[in-house]
Amino acid sequence: MIKRILAASAAVAMSACFAQAQEVKIGLVAPFTGIGAEFGQQADRGIEQYLKLNADKIKPYTIKLIKRDDKNPSGADSKVAVQELLTQENVEALIGWIYSPNAFASAPVVTAGKKLAIITNAGTAHITLTSPYWVRTSFSMWHSGFPLGEAAAKILKAKTAVVGYSDFPPGKDELAAFKRSFEANGGKVIDEIPMGGPAQVPDFTPFFQRAKDAKPDVFFVFIPAGDHSAAVVKTYGALGMKEAGIKLIGPGDITQDTKLQAMGDAAIGLITMHHYNADLDNPENKRLVAAWHKDYGANSTPDFMAVGAYDGMAAIVHAIQATKGKLDGDAALASLKGWKDVSPRGPIMIDPETRDIVMNEYLSEVVKGADGKLHQKLLATIPNVKDPCKELKVGPCAGSN
Amino acid sequence: MSAPTSAHEHPAARALAGRHRIRLWEIIPWLLAIAFYFAFPRYLGFGTELLVTILFAISLDLALGYAGIVTLGHAAFFGAGAYTAGMLAFHHIWSEPITGLIAAAVVAGAVGLGSGLVLLRTTGLTLLMLTLCTMALLEEAANLGGHYTGGFDGLPGIDIPPLFGMFEFNPLYPRVQYLYVLGVLFVCFVFVRTLVYSPFGQSLTGIRENTLRMHAVGAPVRVRLIVCYTISAAIAGVAGALWAQSNAYVNLSTLGLDRAATVLIILVLGGYGRLYGAFVGAVAYMALSHFLSKYFPTAWQLGLGLLLVVIALFARNGILGIFETLQRRIGIKRPSP
Repeated sequence: MIKRILAASAAVAMSACFAQAQEVKIGLVAPFTGIGAEFGQQADRGIEQYLKLNADKIKPYTIKLIKRDDKNPSGADSKVAVQELLTQENVEALIGWIYSPNAFASAPVVTAGKKLAIITNAGTAHITLTSPYWVRTSFSMWHSGFPLGEAAAKILKAKTAVVGYSDFPPGKDELAAFKRSFEANGGKVIDEIPMGGPAQVPDFTPFFQRAKDAKPDVFFVFIPAGDHSAAVVKTYGALGMKEAGIKLIGPGDITQDTKLQAMGDAAIGLITMHHYNADLDNPENKRLVAAWHKDYGANSTPDFMAVGAYDGMAAIVHAIQATKGKLDGDAALASLKGWKDVSPRGPIMIDPETRDIVMNEYLSEVVKGADGKLHQKLLATIPNVKDPCKELKVGPCAGSN
Repeated sequence: MSAPTSAHEHPAARALAGRHRIRLWEIIPWLLAIAFYFAFPRYLGFGTELLVTILFAISLDLALGYAGIVTLGHAAFFGAGAYTAGMLAFHHIWSEPITGLIAAAVVAGAVGLGSGLVLLRTTGLTLLMLTLCTMALLEEAANLGGHYTGGFDGLPGIDIPPLFGMFEFNPLYPRVQYLYVLGVLFVCFVFVRTLVYSPFGQSLTGIRENTLRMHAVGAPVRVRLIVCYTISAAIAGVAGALWAQSNAYVNLSTLGLDRAATVLIILVLGGYGRLYGAFVGAVAYMALSHFLSKYFPTAWQLGLGLLLVVIALFARNGILGIFETLQRRIGIKRPSP
């Protein structure tokens, strides 16, 4: 009897030991202060929800998340944070990067560190070419802009368009993507209007008036996720563009779920193309949204930044299982090439060649629901979109590692 | 009270003559910097960033602390230097690091000279706004010239060949970068120290204290200010080039208001017009923000804010000012003329 107890307790002790040895350290690099604090919080919560809702997929490993603030898009803080996570904390994989400049600045360190690095937001198309250890679970700006060009011509039957964009790389990418596919499908972009930088919300009136005067069928607007969107729809409403028969369209950055309610009724009728919104009707998303409301309050909602991080963590967990907890950089990379999963945004895959995500894009319209809140109604699904920038080898996307 | 026998032996004369004498404690910062290299090999990325900031703050000290040129746009020169070194290397025109620094100094100095010729006709708030404008113009130019400058995303992965053909820049363990930046900082510091104790430097202090009197004694005030501004710009350009080279990266943040404001805070925090204020301020500000943000990623700004409030309330002359006040209180009299 005593022997048996001894043996059992030894086994328990050993398994406890074993369990401890199975802890995997992951470094999260995101802005937790400054103008991006909100985005960092979305990413952090996305990861938290994944770990909570999928605890069984992680066993027998445990994940220790080490968070570092990369503060601003200067590059340097992000780079130092990545250096220290790799050399001081010895993390097995990295996740994060909200700002594209920070991903570019960190690329040489990621390459030298030889660890899996998951981008959960930064959207400049050619980032993934800067290091062989990048895997992106968010999007490239081309993912939404390109299919929207085709949809505008074919589904919305638009002949002419005016493009207004925030004057920084994601805006220019959206413009290039939209223009290319819209004109390939018989449409014509009759004016291109840069509308100030991403840091401050400008007065949109002069830009929108110029667009209105050009009398296009659709007005395509790109502004960065954040506080711009409310000003966009208010100006659109105030100038009577809807009454003038000009449809407001854009990528889903302008109907970010966290900002949707603040946009007010002026947003009704707005048509966007994106890979995620909180109203998507699938069991994975329902589970995420319900858990989110429970943990962070009924007025809080996940958005595409949260889902980018949610799927980023899913990718890391897959790599942990596939490499039996070792997460050796090259083996982890190999296990993710061609990896498929069912995400709250629908089916996803990591393209084995570009390490970028392949996913559905959803054409949606903002409508007022029975609950008095704004929702996004699905109009059409464009399945399995690969980053068109790399497919078509546009500009810097033509490069290789 | 006996009259001094000759002018040379007057205590004031001795004090004046001995002002530029190197004091024993002046070796301490350099010893600490070398000790840091050996003691914290895994913090050298942060260390490199810190040294670059010190150099940048020294360049601002020359303009603001010594000549009294109130500027909020010093990042214009930091960015000009960073983009010069970065673009030359990125476009494979010239990538050798040390000559890259010289090119950066020349370009930043030229920007300083050009803008200084116009700006330094003004003083006070007008000057402040114009320095800000210069920086904003350069930033927008860099944004518009995205084809050459990389725009908002910056120029990634700049290839810097080994230093002296031997020492390679390692992105993960930036040992070489640290020593390289430390070496350049030392050379620049010796230069600035010599400059501020020279008659030229003295005349700058004179201009800061009483411009009218300097005019009256016949000093060429505007020329002195422009020369000082140009030198300060060139050193800021070297700091920027070091930043670009050690990060193998350059983007719009090098020209941003954030950087210009931060370096001003650092200098005021440490104490301006004192040379070593740049060291003390940069170490205090950056170490605090680095380590607080490491352990409290979401709430670290609170701690930094409290420090700044305390300094603003109780130590108007910065951290070094506290020591000076203490020295006076306990009665160590400095020889005064």
